[in-house]
Amino acid sequence: MSDELLSEEAELPPEPPDQGIPSVGTALLQRASRFYGVIGTLGTTVLAFFMAGLVVLVTGHNPLRVYRAIFDGTGLNWFFHVGDYSARIPFSTHHMWFPWDTASVAADNLQQTLLLTAPLILTGLGLAFAFRCGLFNIGGQGQYLVGSYISIWIGTSFVHMQPFAHVLLILICSALAGAFWAGIAGFLKATVGAHEVISTIMLNWIAIWVGSYLLGQGGPLQNSTQPEIPISNSVVDGAKLPVFWGLKLLQGLSIGIFIAIAMLVVYWILINRTTLGFEVRAVGFNAEAARASGISVARNYVLAMGVAGAFAALGGAIDVLGWEYQLGPNDVQFSEVGFIGLAAALLGRNSAVGIGLAALLFGGLLTGTSDRQLNPNIFPPELAGNLATIIQGLVVLFVGLNLAGLVYWFKRRRAA
Amino acid sequence: MADAPLLELRGITKRFPGVLANDSVDVDLRHGEVHALLGENGAGKSTLMNILYGLYTPDEGQILLNGEPVELGSTKGAIEAGIGMVHQHFMLIPVMTVAENIVLATEPRRRVVLLDYDTARKRVRELSERYGLIVDPDARIDRITVGQQQRVEILKALYRGAEILILDEPTAVLTPQEAQELFEIIRALKTQGKSIIFISHKLNEVLEIADRITVLRRGKVVDTIPAEGATEPGLARMMVGRDVLLRVDKKAAHPERPLLQVENLTVVDDRGLETVRDVSLEVRAGEIVGIAGVDANGQSELIDAIVGLRAPSSGRVLVDGKDLTGSSAKDVIASGVGHVPEDRHRRGLVLPFTLTENLALHAYRTSPNSRRGLLNLRAMSERTRRLLEEFDVRGGTPSTPAGSLSGGNQQKVVLARELDADPQVLIAAQPTRGLDVGAIEFVHRRLVEQRDAGRAILLVSLELEEILSLSDRILVIYEGRIAGEFLPTATEEELGLAMTGGSSQEAA
Repeated sequence: MSDELLSEEAELPPEPPDQGIPSVGTALLQRASRFYGVIGTLGTTVLAFFMAGLVVLVTGHNPLRVYRAIFDGTGLNWFFHVGDYSARIPFSTHHMWFPWDTASVAADNLQQTLLLTAPLILTGLGLAFAFRCGLFNIGGQGQYLVGSYISIWIGTSFVHMQPFAHVLLILICSALAGAFWAGIAGFLKATVGAHEVISTIMLNWIAIWVGSYLLGQGGPLQNSTQPEIPISNSVVDGAKLPVFWGLKLLQGLSIGIFIAIAMLVVYWILINRTTLGFEVRAVGFNAEAARASGISVARNYVLAMGVAGAFAALGGAIDVLGWEYQLGPNDVQFSEVGFIGLAAALLGRNSAVGIGLAALLFGGLLTGTSDRQLNPNIFPPELAGNLATIIQGLVVLFVGLNLAGLVYWFKRRRAA
Repeated sequence: MADAPLLELRGITKRFPGVLANDSVDVDLRHGEVHALLGENGAGKSTLMNILYGLYTPDEGQILLNGEPVELGSTKGAIEAGIGMVHQHFMLIPVMTVAENIVLATEPRRRVVLLDYDTARKRVRELSERYGLIVDPDARIDRITVGQQQRVEILKALYRGAEILILDEPTAVLTPQEAQELFEIIRALKTQGKSIIFISHKLNEVLEIADRITVLRRGKVVDTIPAEGATEPGLARMMVGRDVLLRVDKKAAHPERPLLQVENLTVVDDRGLETVRDVSLEVRAGEIVGIAGVDANGQSELIDAIVGLRAPSSGRVLVDGKDLTGSSAKDVIASGVGHVPEDRHRRGLVLPFTLTENLALHAYRTSPNSRRGLLNLRAMSERTRRLLEEFDVRGGTPSTPAGSLSGGNQQKVVLARELDADPQVLIAAQPTRGLDVGAIEFVHRRLVEQRDAGRAILLVSLELEEILSLSDRILVIYEGRIAGEFLPTATEEELGLAMTGGSSQEAA
C-alpha cells in the first residue's frame, strides 16, 4: 500500500475559510496589497540592483562605485549641483536666472536620459492600457516601429508643409497607424479568440521585416541620393520636434518628453474619468460581469488594443522627429524600446505615476551604462551594457514573482 | 460508559489575519451519533471541520480521540485517526470508474505496479453491500448522478477506515428525494456504529437527522442541544441572534397584463447541445413565477436567452409586447429587464471595482453619471450613498471594493443596482444562494415588494423551499422542457417528482 498520493493530498494548500471570512480577509489583503504595492515595487528594484551588484562584485569591481558612476552617467546628479546660473529661455534669446547649470556635462547626460525616457513612457502606456482590459500586449515594439515608419514617410514627404501642421499630421497618422496595427490583434481576439500574446508577437516580427524592406536597399523609403546605403532620407527640418535644451546637432532634448508626460495625463484621465476607461477596466477585471451588464467585450478588446497601439506608435514618432530623423534596417532590427517599455509598465504597476518613474529608471539605466556616459576606468562599458540588461531582467522576474505575494506566503507558512 | 465522547474538540481557536474564525470552541461527538453543526456562512463551521480533517492547525486547543490527545497535522493523519470527510464539492476523478475512485491511493496491486481491478471491484461491492450504499463499481463517475457520486465519496471514506464521517453541506446538491435517500444512508451508518458530523444551515434537515445540534455564531459555540424538542424558530434565533421571519409574509397576488412572454424558445449551449427545448412561459405584472428544477436542466441557458447573453436558435422573447429576441444585453437592460445573476462573483459584480463602480455598471452610460463620455464621479458617489442606505448595505463606503463585502451585502448591492433601474421585468436567478438567514429574509422581502409594485418577476432557484414560499405560480423545468405547472400549495414531493422526470402533471 502506497501513501504517496495521500501525502500529496495533505500537501495541498488549505482551502480558504468560509465565505464570510475571505470577505474580511480580502479587505485586509487589499489594504495590504496597496501598501505592499509601493513597498513591493521599491523592494523589487532594490533587490534587482542588489543582485546585479553581486554580479559586479564577481567581475572584481566595487558595486557601490559602479552604481555611483552609473548614477553620474544618467545626469540625475545634475539636480544636486545647485548654484547661481543663467539659462536661456527656450525658443528665445532671453536669459534668466536658474539654480542649475544647463550647459554642464551632467546636463548633457540628463538630456540623453530624458530622451530615452519619453518613448519608454509611451511604449509602457501601450502595455498598461491593454493590460487594464485584461490583455497582455507584447506588441509594443511592433506598434512603436509602425509609428516610426509612418513618421519617416510623412516626415520626408510634404516638404513644404507648415511645420506645426506637419508635426501634428505625423503624430496623428502615426497614432492611427499604431492603433490599426494593435487593433488587428484586438480584432482577432474579439472575433476568433486568437490569443493576443501570440498575435502581437507575430505582428512584431511582421513590423520588423516590413520595416527592413521599406528602409533597406531598393525599399520605397530608402534615401534618394545614396543607393548603396540602406537608410532613409532625413525628415525635413519643419517636421523635426523643437529642441529646447541642448543642441539639435548634439542630440539635445526635444519637446517629445512633454508629449510623453502629457500622454501620462491622458492615460490617467482615459482610465479613471471616462466611460471608455470604465468599460475597459470592467472588462479587464471581469469580462463576464461586464458582458452581463451590456458592455461589449469584443468592442473593448479592439478599442483597448487600439488606444494601446496609438500610445506605443507615438513613441516611435517622437523618437524619429525628436532625434533620430532617419532610420535604417539596423535601427529597426536592434531597437528594443518596446520591450523595455514593457518592463517599465510592469514595474510601474500600470499606474501613470509608476510608469513615469519606472521609465525614468530604465532610461537612466540605459544612459548611465552607455559607453558615452560611463567612466570606463570604473567599469568597462561593454560589461555595463550587460549589467543594464541583467537589472531589467531581474526586475521583470521579480515583478512576475510578485514579491509582496511571496512575502505573504512565507509569513503564512511560518504561521501555519 | 456509552456516553463517553469518541471525539472531543477542546478550546479550539483559529485566527486568520484580522478574523477570529474559531473562538475556543468545544464540541464533542459521541459514539454512534449524528451531530449537526449549524451556523450561518462565516460562523466558523468549515474552519472547525478543516481543523478536524487536518487541513488547518489550530492556534489553541486540542483534539481528543477516545480521551487521548491527537496531533493530526495533515489529512493523512486525520485519515489514519479514522476521520473521513465528504466535501461539498466532490473530489472525484470523472473519467475513472467508481471502484477506481474508491481505491485510489490505497489500491490493491498486482506485480507492484498494476492495478488489481478485480480485487478492487470485489472490495467495493462488499463495502457497498455492508452499508447499503448501492453503486455500480464499474460505472464511470461522469456518467452517474450527483447523488450516486456522493455515495462514492462516502464509500471512499469508509474504505479508508473512517469511523467518524464529516458531511459538509451534503444536501446542497441533492433533490429532495436524493436527500431522503441520503438520510436513510446516514441512519444505516449510525446503526453500524459510525459517528457522523453533519454540517448544514438548513434547519429542517438538521432537526430531521441529528441527535444533537451545536450552533455556531461568529466563531463561538452558542449552545449544544438535543434535537428532540428543538424548533426551527428557536434554532434560527440561536444562529442569527435575533428573531427571524422564516416564512415569507405576502398578500395574494393580483396579476395584470403579461410583461414577459417567452414563446417556443429553443436554446443551444456552448457544447452545441439543445438545453432549452420549446419553452413557453408568461410572467404577468404583479406576480412571481418560480422555475424549479435540478441544476443544469436548462435554467442558465433560458435566463441567458431572455437577458440577451445568448441568442436562441428559435422562438421569441417579448417584454411588454416588444420583441427582444436576439437583442444585445444592453438593449434588453434598456428595455426594462433587471437581472440578478445566479453567480454574483462571476457575473453579478466586478469584485475589484468599488461599490460606486459596481452600482454604476449600467447607469454609467446615462446622465448624470456621465456626459459625453466623461464620468461624473460626484453624481456617481451621491447615487451610491443613497442606494447603500436604501438597501441597508453594511460594511462598506462608496469606495470600498465589492470583494471585501460579505455575501449578503454583495447581493444587496446587485439588487440595488438592478432595482434602481426601475425594471418592468426582474429575472432573479438563485437570489439567495450562499446567503445567511438574515440576508435571505431581506432579499425575499424585496422581491415581494417588487411584485406588489406591479413588476413581473421570474424566480429561478434550486431551493424548493424558496420557490414554494415566494412564487405565485411554479413551473418545473426538466431536461430543458417545462415539465409541469403547479400552484404554491404543491408539496415538495410533487415538485420533486416532476423535477426528476417523473409524471408531468398539470396541477394548475
